[in-house]
Amino acid sequence: MKAKTSTGKKNILLNNPVVNVVRSNIGIICVLLIIGVLLSFLSDKFLTSSNLISVMRQISINVYIALGMTLVIILGGIDLSVGAIVALSGTVTVGLIVNSGLPIGAAIAIGLLIGVVCGFISGTMVAEFKLPAFIVTMAMMNIARGAANVYSGGRSTRITDEFFSSIGSGYLFKVIPLPVVYMVVLIVVFTVILNKTKFGTYIYAIGGNRESARLSGVPIKKVEIAVFTIIGLLSAFAGLVLSSRMYSGQPSVGDGYELDAIAACVLGGVSMSGGKGRISGTVFGAMVIGFISNGLNLMNVNSFWQLVVKGIIILIAVVIDSQKNPDSPISKMIGKFKRSSAKKAA
Amino acid sequence: MGDVILRMENIDKVFGSAYALRNINFELELGEVHALLGENGAGKSTLIKILGGIYQPNGGRILINGTEVKMTDIGEARAHGIGIIHQEIVLVPYLTVAENIFLGREPKTKLGLVDKKKMNAEASRMVSGLGLDIDVTTVLENLTIAQQQMVEIVKASSFNVKILVMDEPTSSLSDEEVEKLFDTIERLKNDGVSIIYISHRMEELFRISDRVTVIRDGTYVGTKITKETNAGELVAMMVGRTLESFYTRTYNEPGEAVLEVKNLCREGVFKDVSFAVHAGEILGFSGLVGSGRSEIMTAIFGADEYDSGEIYLNGKKIKNKNPMQAIDRGISLVPEDRKKQGLVLVNSCSFNMVLSSLKYVMNGILKSKKKISKLYGEYGEKMRIKAASPEIEVGSLSGGNQQKVVLGKWLATRPRVLILDEPTRGVDVGAKQEIYTIINDLAKEGLAIIMVSSELPEIINMCDRVCVVHNGNIAACLEHGELTQEIIMHYATGGEGNEG
Repeated sequence: MKAKTSTGKKNILLNNPVVNVVRSNIGIICVLLIIGVLLSFLSDKFLTSSNLISVMRQISINVYIALGMTLVIILGGIDLSVGAIVALSGTVTVGLIVNSGLPIGAAIAIGLLIGVVCGFISGTMVAEFKLPAFIVTMAMMNIARGAANVYSGGRSTRITDEFFSSIGSGYLFKVIPLPVVYMVVLIVVFTVILNKTKFGTYIYAIGGNRESARLSGVPIKKVEIAVFTIIGLLSAFAGLVLSSRMYSGQPSVGDGYELDAIAACVLGGVSMSGGKGRISGTVFGAMVIGFISNGLNLMNVNSFWQLVVKGIIILIAVVIDSQKNPDSPISKMIGKFKRSSAKKAA
Repeated sequence: MGDVILRMENIDKVFGSAYALRNINFELELGEVHALLGENGAGKSTLIKILGGIYQPNGGRILINGTEVKMTDIGEARAHGIGIIHQEIVLVPYLTVAENIFLGREPKTKLGLVDKKKMNAEASRMVSGLGLDIDVTTVLENLTIAQQQMVEIVKASSFNVKILVMDEPTSSLSDEEVEKLFDTIERLKNDGVSIIYISHRMEELFRISDRVTVIRDGTYVGTKITKETNAGELVAMMVGRTLESFYTRTYNEPGEAVLEVKNLCREGVFKDVSFAVHAGEILGFSGLVGSGRSEIMTAIFGADEYDSGEIYLNGKKIKNKNPMQAIDRGISLVPEDRKKQGLVLVNSCSFNMVLSSLKYVMNGILKSKKKISKLYGEYGEKMRIKAASPEIEVGSLSGGNQQKVVLGKWLATRPRVLILDEPTRGVDVGAKQEIYTIINDLAKEGLAIIMVSSELPEIINMCDRVCVVHNGNIAACLEHGELTQEIIMHYATGGEGNEG
């Protein structure tokens, strides 16, 4: 009887989504808090609401892409082409509005479609020809970046249209920047997709064990193509928002975005070998990256050093992540230490 | 003989919550060939892995020449003179024989480069020392399997080996090659090496071994001097239970044919496979590993292609392009390797349970937690799965419970035809018995069941009819009444006619 009531209580806790999110991301949340406390001491500007809102706006672009990247990595793949797609969709959309005089709606639709097509091609290559996603998307990265430069002649195009710039620079209720609103909506949507739909279940199954998934009746190719198409769409959307915020379409933007997105996933505990990960983790990961660059900005650290710091933090995160695996050297070291101290105690 | 070189006392090994070994005793005398005998899953390889330092025992001790030692890792075991030759070749195929023998400890010249001359000369000396005729500069992959195995033996013995373990060394050798192996064993024996010999082949044990130790279900049964025992006694020790009570099978009058296969062919894999399985019937598929049994099943299931032939389900011609279609039509396949093919190990029990029957747990486009837990509850209970919670990783369960999750997962798809490929491989005896009961219940409920198995007792006791596959052909279809191990093996190994 006693056992029953205790599991009952446990279940209530387990079923509470907030408790669940905290429980499963406890490591990254601690990191986030430590960084937050540290920064609030180092800079008195950090804890102001205007700064926090601006951090949220800064990370929003990365979060759109990182949501797609979470799906791709859980599936067991990777996508290096996202940054280039950001640039391509932004330049083309702006170019179509400014140079070709297309209606804004049509131009946006075409911009998004470009992302969809790029993702669909990558996904098809991976699914149908069984090519490594790393290579396929690296090629796609060059194609998209090249196309952006070809289309724009390598120059940025200014856009002054008010409606277009409101997409990225507007506010909801005059307080919340629109990019943050999109971010929240997308986070909710993708959390539901990954946890609640067949499609999400299939992504976990394929990444966890492709052969088991195949024999379980999972339509592997369709899911793979769909996931790459989705990240293409998200990247194109990120490109739109970014070009709107910058009042211009620039073929050189988005450089290194793939690494920021991958870093957010890894920091958030998405397993690079596939099969494991959560949207909430990725969001926290993106927040850690955002806090760090914001802090470094506030302390006037130059951007070259920021890159070094970011790299180091990612390395540390990956090392920590790898320690979940009992065969890793550090786990073994800890195991040995535990055994020897247990012996001493005995 | 006489001096005891190795003594393993009261060895316990626990995996999770299940005992893999309990109170095992094993003793090896100097210069003796000591056979270790037991069924699949009895714990032979676990015991050997403990001796080799790959696993740590949870209890008991190991004495070498009377002093207690701890085998903390493979290097430690090697330092104590223990060499293990595994069933599979673990050499590098693209290196020469000499390079393989000296891998990681190559003799060096003054400049620090590999001294090939010295290495080859040393290797030649070792090879001929064991009476073998192998050119040590040959690249390993150009040797026969038997020769490669000899290289393994040379390599193992080059580490100043005192105790050599051979795990089923003859499983892929021809009769002639077996003779050569036995010569080598004799030579090693004369050099004072003690040998632990693992094999299922009775006649070999009687030829080569001095003593036999039998283990069963992880426990020590006894040790016999080979000359003073016989095959019957050893089998009784190995099996140790009355088979009748172990299997549950109630015969039902089979209904109409549910699945019919006609002249199914796949170039080079199977040919002209025809059979029918009826409602309430268990149709066995026996045959050697690699005979094409499993491939026939994956082709029916749509996981692999076939070139020609027809498949009928309830009289209607079907062709499954992929497993999804097969599942929708009511055909389920429990694959032979649950870890590689059956489960997503990093995910939870309930995730795995519902993976193939998501359509039954959806509310619109969203999964319903309620429906999932109801479905898990229903099949978890039916399969008697023992898991702390439906949310724990399925990889943390025992083999038997994992297999029950796989079974439950496939039953949850509500099949009309259930194909079981090695349904009890690597599960403990208790779970085996439960699985047999479940399979029998399913047949009673009117499911058409195909059971592919390498375990003859299982096939003989559970099946109404048995198709024996040899080289991709159904060599014979036998009725329950005429099933014996000898007859099945006769056809499985390519024997003709009915003289079996």
